[in-house]
This record gives sequence, C-alpha cells and structure tokens, in this order.
Amino acid sequence: MNRVVRVAGGQGFWGDDLDAPRRQVEGGQIDYLMLDYLAEVTMSILQKQKERDPSLGYARDFVGAMESVLPAVVDKGVRVIANAGGVNPPAAAAAVKAVAKKNNAAGVRIGVVTGDDLLGRLDALLDEGHALANMDTGEPLSSIRSEVLSANAYIGSEPIVEALAKGANVVITGRSTDTALTMAPLRHEFGWSATSWDQLAAGIVAGHIIECGAQCSGGNCLYDWRSIPDLANVGYPIVEATADGSFAVTKHPNTGGRVSVPTVTEQLVYEMGDPHSYITPDVIADFTSIRLAADGEDRVRVTGIKGRAPTDKLKVSIAYRSGFKAVGTLVYAWPDALEKAKLADEILRERLDRLGLKFDRVLTEFVGANSTHGRLAGDQSEAPEVQLRFGVRGQNRAAVERFTREIAPLVLNGPPSVTGFAGGRPKVEEIVAYWPALIDKSVVKTSVEVIE
Amino acid sequence: MKVQLVDVAHARSGDKGDTANVGLIALRPEWYDVLQQQVTVERVAEHFRGMIEGDVERYELPNLNALNFLLHGALDGGGTLSLKTDAQGKVYSTALLRMTIDVPDSDASRLGLPSVASRKSASAR
Repeated sequence: MNRVVRVAGGQGFWGDDLDAPRRQVEGGQIDYLMLDYLAEVTMSILQKQKERDPSLGYARDFVGAMESVLPAVVDKGVRVIANAGGVNPPAAAAAVKAVAKKNNAAGVRIGVVTGDDLLGRLDALLDEGHALANMDTGEPLSSIRSEVLSANAYIGSEPIVEALAKGANVVITGRSTDTALTMAPLRHEFGWSATSWDQLAAGIVAGHIIECGAQCSGGNCLYDWRSIPDLANVGYPIVEATADGSFAVTKHPNTGGRVSVPTVTEQLVYEMGDPHSYITPDVIADFTSIRLAADGEDRVRVTGIKGRAPTDKLKVSIAYRSGFKAVGTLVYAWPDALEKAKLADEILRERLDRLGLKFDRVLTEFVGANSTHGRLAGDQSEAPEVQLRFGVRGQNRAAVERFTREIAPLVLNGPPSVTGFAGGRPKVEEIVAYWPALIDKSVVKTSVEVIE
Repeated sequence: MKVQLVDVAHARSGDKGDTANVGLIALRPEWYDVLQQQVTVERVAEHFRGMIEGDVERYELPNLNALNFLLHGALDGGGTLSLKTDAQGKVYSTALLRMTIDVPDSDASRLGLPSVASRKSASAR
C-alpha cells in the first residue's frame, strides 16, 4: 500500500543541460523520466520551423535525449513523458521511432497526444463566437488575427494517463501543461480519479517543483548560495510519491547541488500568482496548504496539499507577429564611465530624431549602474565600466534596421574611452509576442495514438 | 532598528506577461511575522516607485514563511516585447532585498535580527 513511484525531472526548458536525462536514468532507480521543453515563446519558434519544413516543429534536443536513455527504457522499464512534440508531436514520434530503430531498441511504444493545436481551427472558432480575448487587455483576437503564428490549448493529464494505460513507454505531447507531465504518471500509477482533488493537486505541486529542473535542487538558489556544493555536477530533482499524494523531493546520491526546505521553497514561489488558486486543466491547487519538512540529507517531505475542482476553461497560448526590435551596446570605461555613457545616449537619441525614425519604444539602460535595480542601485559615478544598452522597438523594419547603423559611429565620433563593439551591428529581430486567452474546455478534443 | 531585507529574507522572482512576481521568504521562520507586518503593499509600491507602471498585490503564505508580490507593469511589456535586460523579471527579487524596514528595538533584539549597521561593520572587516 505504501508503494513509492519515482518521477525524475530531466529537462527544465528547451536549451537545458543535454546530458541531464541520461544522468537521471543512470544515477539510481527511477520509474518515470519527465522532460519539460516548452516555454511561452517556444511554440512560435517551432511553428516557424514547421512552416519551413513540415517534418519539424518539435524540440529536436529530445531525440538526442531519447537516444541517451534508450537502454533504460528498454532494459529497466523507465517510461518517458515529454512535451517535446511542440506543434508537431507525430513528427517527434517519427524521429524517436527512427532513433530507436537505428539503435536496435525493441519494445519502444510511443504514445502521441494531439488535439491541443488550434491554429487550423482558429477562424471556425472565432465564427462560432469564441472571442479568444486577451486575458490581460480584453482585446478580441480579431485585432491581430492575421499576425497569428501558433495557437495551442494548455491540456491536462488525461491524454497522458490514457497513453500510459494503453501501454506507451514514451509519451510525447504538444502543449501539455508542464505540471501535467509529472502528475499524469502518478495519477496512472495510483489510480487517482478525476475528482481526487487533493491527490491531483499534490501531483501538480510535485510537477511545479521539478518542472524547472535543477532550479529546485540548488541551481539559481540565493539561500546560502556559497555553500551549495558541486554545481558542476548538479543533481536534477526526483519526486518519490505515495498513493495518498504525499511525496518527497530528493536527488541521486553522489551528485552536486542541494535539496532543502529553502531550495524547494524558492522554486515554489517562482512564477507564482495567487497562491490560493494555482489553476490547471485538472484541478486548482492551493499553495497555502503545502507543508514542507526536512527529511534527511537532500530530502524534503511535502504533505497537506489541498485541491478543488477546476474551471470549465482551458488557457490558450497564442503567438503572433508584433513588429521588430534591436538592441545595441557599447562599453565606457572609468573615469566618469556613467557620465560618458549618458552623453552617448543623448547623442544617439538626437541623431535618431534627426533621421526622422519613429519607434513605439526606445529604452536605454546603463548596465553596471541601473539595469537591474534602477535608481535603487544608488550612485554609480565611480563605476569602473558601464555598458550603454540601447534598444528600439517598432512596426517598421526599415527604421529598426537604420538604427542598427548608428551605434558603431559613436566609437570614433562620440564620447571617449569606449570599447566592446567587436560584435558588429546589432541584429534586427522580428518580435513574436504572446497572447494569453481562454476557451471552453468542451471544444478541445485530445486524442492518443500508440505507435511501435 | 533599521534592518535590510537581504539580511532577513531570501527571494526568487519570475514573470507572467508584463507582471513580475517576487516571492520573499524569511531566512528564519520566527522572522516571518516581521516581514508580514513591515513589508506591506504600500511600502513595496513606494520602494519600486518610478520602476513599475502598475499596482502591487501581496499574498501571504505563512506555511512557507513567505510573501508573494505581484508587480504589474514591471517588465516594459514583458516577454519578447520587452527591451529590458531583465525582461523576465528574474532578478527583481534582489531589488526588493535592498529595502530597509524599521523594527522596534525590543522586537529586533528578541528575534535576533541583524541590523544594517552590524552587516556594514562585518563586511568592512
């Protein structure tokens, strides 16, 4: 009855430590490997890749990760759950199938979850009266409809549980919530019902703790940071859960980093909104109910979590084109580094004005003096160096492009003691912005296919 | 007695759109009440005056000895729109830790709170 299920976090975002998944399956006993690849902007990047090549649109790091953990999947029965599918889960599945074949790995059954992608249905949904209004501003989606690049509903644990029940040992989803990737295997293993609110909420909290990888096990931890050992060999987190929903957070032995009440608390408050209502498609978790207790070295017990019924909406993540930006930098040295950088800023603004360039936004920061703490940083007039960081944003690409040519001349025709321009002209970047919206749950139908 | 938050709390921050959140966590459980009483919405709004465009909200998590602050309009539009170095509000947490609060001497000595003056003399050594 006190059976323990171990879910290991092996990836906190697309771009995380490539070798962490392998270390998680080889460092000790685990049952599930959870890999979170998707951030808000990731979907639009993947959509652009898919437009160029229909066989892309997923997090390609995942294929290498799968290759590195295939022996554990085949021989040790570790099951992998990842939202690496991005905007093209079937293509990710095909790539994993190919890499399994190349390695003669038998018995890899891939569960593919689809149905979160709403891009092809967008006009029909708008016609049916779903406004998909921006949750922050209230604007209707129609105001930016022509600029939309991707639209995906955040889906919950159900299709993942279904794939596991069908025998999949690798589950690939698109825009699943990060937390569902951890909660779903616990729900599957312990048979939690769709209304076991407290247990489901516990699974969500477990997911929130490990969804950012080592950020709960000593990485980016401010508390007593000098004392955190061996971050070069940092251990990624593992949840050890039991059927009642209580769990421990730990990491493999002989790894660096730390799992303690402070490291877990810092992760719990990360990106937190109203702690009473952490809303997911499956359940609303109450973060004010969480109890943490030290439970030996690198081990924290988590208990007491309460949940309640969710809403009848799903959040939708929509990415759309929203103009262009560029950021240029120059470094000024002591004496009077800040004063020189400020004069360069004035000169640059006057030149841009004279050129008649119009931008929606111009922002100057003085890195080394005010870029992270603003006026709170106090007097920095004696700083040894200051980086002028000058950014512009606007709808007109040509104007932003023209701006990028105004940085370098300052090296010879502006204030003295300037360096740090070796990188060349700043690059113009197309902005893909994020539009959060809600949609009725009933219109999003997921489906699961298991391929061998 | 003047106490700086960096000596009594740790913190982590993140983003949701144009809103930065700062979770402020007491370094010792017995120091939470001081944070709860002193680090008010009004004080935090004043601390960040001119740096954020919107309101400040505060939530209490006594179970974690923590307060969660939402700083609206803190990220120059947020996400990919923002031109800021800290576009995702990752280090707003440390800016809050600069705040100084005024704790009655009797409470400060009962709780063993470090004063701003004691830290300055420690770092000078």
